[in-house]
Amino acid sequence: MFTIFQKEIRSFLSSLIAYMVLIVFLAGIGAFVWIFPDTNVLDYGYADMDTVFRLSPYLFLFFIPAITMRSFAEEKKSGTIELLFTLPVRDWEIILGKYLAGLALVLLAILPTVLYYYSIYQLGEPVGNIDTAGTIGSYIGLFLLGAVFTSIGIFASSLTENQITAFILAFFLCFIIYQGFGLLASLDDSTGFSYLVVQLGIEHHYATIRKGLIDSRDLVYFFSLIFLMLLLTKTVLGSRKW
Amino acid sequence: MSVIVEQLSKIYGKQKAVNNVSFEVKSGEILGFLGPNGAGKSTTMKIATGYIPPSEGTIRVCGHDVRKDSMAVRQNIGYLPEHNPLYLEMYVKEYLQFIGNMQQIKGKKLRKRLDEIISLCGLEREQSKKIAQLSKGYRQRVGLAQALIHDPPVLILDEPTTGLDPNQIVEIRNLIKEIGREKTVIFSTHIMQEVQAICNRAVIINLGEIVADSAVSELTNLQKSESIFLLEFEQAVALEPLQEIEGILRWEQLTPKQYKVFAQPEKEVRGEIFKMAGEKGWVLLGLRQEENSLENIFQQLTKS
Repeated sequence: MFTIFQKEIRSFLSSLIAYMVLIVFLAGIGAFVWIFPDTNVLDYGYADMDTVFRLSPYLFLFFIPAITMRSFAEEKKSGTIELLFTLPVRDWEIILGKYLAGLALVLLAILPTVLYYYSIYQLGEPVGNIDTAGTIGSYIGLFLLGAVFTSIGIFASSLTENQITAFILAFFLCFIIYQGFGLLASLDDSTGFSYLVVQLGIEHHYATIRKGLIDSRDLVYFFSLIFLMLLLTKTVLGSRKW
Repeated sequence: MSVIVEQLSKIYGKQKAVNNVSFEVKSGEILGFLGPNGAGKSTTMKIATGYIPPSEGTIRVCGHDVRKDSMAVRQNIGYLPEHNPLYLEMYVKEYLQFIGNMQQIKGKKLRKRLDEIISLCGLEREQSKKIAQLSKGYRQRVGLAQALIHDPPVLILDEPTTGLDPNQIVEIRNLIKEIGREKTVIFSTHIMQEVQAICNRAVIINLGEIVADSAVSELTNLQKSESIFLLEFEQAVALEPLQEIEGILRWEQLTPKQYKVFAQPEKEVRGEIFKMAGEKGWVLLGLRQEENSLENIFQQLTKS
């Protein structure tokens, strides 16, 4: 598994797309937090990182499918998947290796924003007037959200040998799971049903964690989604054996 | 026996890609696995390497059953898939190192093995190039090196010479011959000369079934049921009188002046034909016996 992880990281680092995605993500977030008039923290008046955590999921919608779209689609297209699946490793080791490599890249994208925390901490009046617990919770939430998106991206990539299809599929699935259920639940409904629907979406659980409250129900939700997606990936890749 | 194929069948939907195929390969043998495109060669090889499971029957590699002990089988096999898939963005050495790691070879042992395999496959000058920069012949060597990195007792090569130029074909063949001295090699192709050039034994399959399994030297004896003569005359003639010659079975007209005559192999009919041509006043320009070549045998065996 570690060998696959290593290989994937190397291939990310030797391809332009990883750098481009990282730069665009960080430049985008940076611009929203510090420059754009409607969202920048300087005019906003409150020393918090709300902008980062509110906008990152939307950037992740583009960014994560872009890094995961290659993972299986390219192997399928070039035929190397046959090579991989005839080496003495189990299918789940390959899936996990690829998944963790994608996740590592997501982590790499999030990490530099810790600098913003430090800056905003210093800019507070008085210095240090920032909700640290909330920020840590938000980081955990954002990471879990990224982890779910990555698993969705890997799954989408296993379905097709076309990277563009994988990208669009992953984007669409991520959007539905992130916000689709919430939007559906906002339909007028006098019964309690919409509350059930809203809980299916990531947005609801992400919002809870962002308050700094790490509830086991939310963790179970995130981990089950990741597990489900990776299991589906394994099923799709195993379908050659049917 | 290092590879045993036992009553192997693979069914895709309603189509039987491989139908009750059994054969064995001894260690140290180079087996040519022949058949037209779509005969089930690749399917059999994919089953042997554990990529897809058999529908019925099984394959045993060095005593391990692909159905029960897939990981052990994979460790004992070096596999070069059809079309030789490679990670083009990787460097030659990096790629071989990756495959070596996947085969659980690490550290010093791997470095030593890398040097060995690079020199065996003649990749010294190309080892620090990107695979994408290599010509097809060198890519094929990288594919072979990849299959050999863990020093497996069994080597499975799916059409390793397709798409190479004649010089490269000879080079790859020599390499396979060299490797085949110590290992069991199963080697698929649809080119008969290739089998003649490097294999000890050939298994020919067609439409998923074995149609021949014999030593290459005996292959030419397989289809001696009739000998074929090519006759050419100066003018168009009617050959009906040939019926009188004992041993002649039938004939086909190729062009108005050329005929293909089929005869029983144990009778010598050429003299009679000459005599008859003299009597009838036919001007015979040529009479040539057609070699029962491997190509012919292949065609006869795999006619659908």
